[in-house]
Amino acid sequence: MKVLVAVKRVVDYNVKVRVKSDNSGVDIANVKMSMNPFDEIAVEEAVRLKEKGVVTEVIAVSCGVTQCQETLRTAMAIGADRGILVETAEELQPLAVAKLLKALVDKEQPGLVILGKQAIDDDCNQTGQMLAALADMPQATFASKVELSSDKASVTREVDGGLETLSVSLPAVITTDLRLNEPRYVTLPNIMKAKKKQLDVFKPEDLGVNVAPRIKTLKVVEPAKRSAGIKVPDVATLVDKLKNVAKVI
Amino acid sequence: MTSLVIAEHDNASIKGATLNTVTAAAAIGADVHVLVAGHNAGAAAAAAAHIAGVSKVIHADGTSLEAGLAENMAAQVLALISNAAGNYTHILFPATASGKNVAPRVAAKLDVGQISDITKVDSPDTFERPIYAGNAVATVQSSDAVKVITVRTTGFDAAAATGGAAQIETAAAAADSGKSSFVSREVTKSDRPELTAAKIIVSGGRALGSSEKFDEVMTPLADKLGAAIGASRAAVDAGYAANDLQVGQTGKIVAPELYVACGISGAIQHLAGMKDSKVIVAINKDPEAPIFSVADFGLEADLFVAVPELVAAL
Repeated sequence: MKVLVAVKRVVDYNVKVRVKSDNSGVDIANVKMSMNPFDEIAVEEAVRLKEKGVVTEVIAVSCGVTQCQETLRTAMAIGADRGILVETAEELQPLAVAKLLKALVDKEQPGLVILGKQAIDDDCNQTGQMLAALADMPQATFASKVELSSDKASVTREVDGGLETLSVSLPAVITTDLRLNEPRYVTLPNIMKAKKKQLDVFKPEDLGVNVAPRIKTLKVVEPAKRSAGIKVPDVATLVDKLKNVAKVI
Repeated sequence: MTSLVIAEHDNASIKGATLNTVTAAAAIGADVHVLVAGHNAGAAAAAAAHIAGVSKVIHADGTSLEAGLAENMAAQVLALISNAAGNYTHILFPATASGKNVAPRVAAKLDVGQISDITKVDSPDTFERPIYAGNAVATVQSSDAVKVITVRTTGFDAAAATGGAAQIETAAAAADSGKSSFVSREVTKSDRPELTAAKIIVSGGRALGSSEKFDEVMTPLADKLGAAIGASRAAVDAGYAANDLQVGQTGKIVAPELYVACGISGAIQHLAGMKDSKVIVAINKDPEAPIFSVADFGLEADLFVAVPELVAAL
């Protein structure tokens, strides 16, 4: 069984982004870019399934600018067998990415598609569910445990108030939550090996997908700042402030 | 122009997140209908009809809707939208685990973009939403005929649960997709208020050191304040607290009256989940901890001393 894993190149999670002074967006020039953390978990899960012998090939896919090749190389250093880049300089919104992935699903016929539950830049949490709908596959989002058999996946999901387990027939779409696994560190030999792995490049037109954005960003601003608070010397003062100044207890 | 709110409920009652979503729908300015899709959910539908500002409740009942499976829920919503009599222009889900699960399926089938996690309605096609863990706020405009939206509940007040008198209409339940099935659910049993609805939250971080210490220190404080318990991602990853207690960018987004952060350093991902709280208290022994930059009242102290002292003083 083949597994398709989608990976997104995003601003590294340690970077505190700044809003551009003309309010047209956030400044991502010269900041560190990395693989979206949830996607790293997705790649790790796919590679573990391969190591267990239930999966034969792991294909990493990224959609975006040329530099996404680096993100794909990272995925291949974790253990993906090959990479596919759908290259475009256009802004890609989740619906467009889902359509590109659907075209690749039709081409590659994977038994399973694993994606991160959300990207930490646009915080949308949409692509996996959209792909499942377009490909008419069942979905198991926010996964914290995945067990695979030949025609079904049993997936434990993180939901409000606890955990839920679903059984979905394959092919299916799974999106990862934080507790699914802890991605391995990539080693230098694996980084070197990854450079030799196959990486195919397509354009959205090659896949017959129109990626024009549906949602226009009118402006991006800094969030309202909290006014600076005070330090209190001891617990008694804290209790007094809460009771008599803030009046919240 | 009509808005359809997809209710979050447990068949017997309506969950709080639905009320905030109704407020967002009302801000759009259209008629507000509420879909209650479930199994034996008559009581929830009746409760939805009492929500102020709702003009119609659509009640779809069947075993296919019992577990809230995304495939069946999406099919149910799509069936209502395809009925032209509905004239639905806006479909709103609360941005909860179940709303986030279903909404994009509906958007993709309609071939429209989704606007996630809105915190403000500027006009019927323009909305504000946080991006980059809340470090920026984007104003976005949708050109699609139908707007599929998830609503960040902390961005909108709750609509009054009573005062409305909407008519209840029944709709046929969507057929089961046959592709997914519910197996089991482990719900954390707790007498405490729900994290996203609590007026006071006490939250613990990695500094607590173990799950025993987490319980030993945080529980008495929560009991004393009648508060919900939250945790930072570091505390959850270390196994000190359950997954569903995580507050932050990718966990729960909360905005209580009072948020007490104990031994939480304040990574941007955590701040994203709680910085809209009305009053923030931080107890941390590291004077440089970023949490102090958002705290109204900061106490630089060892939490193992300060928290029991606080419990005694309350």
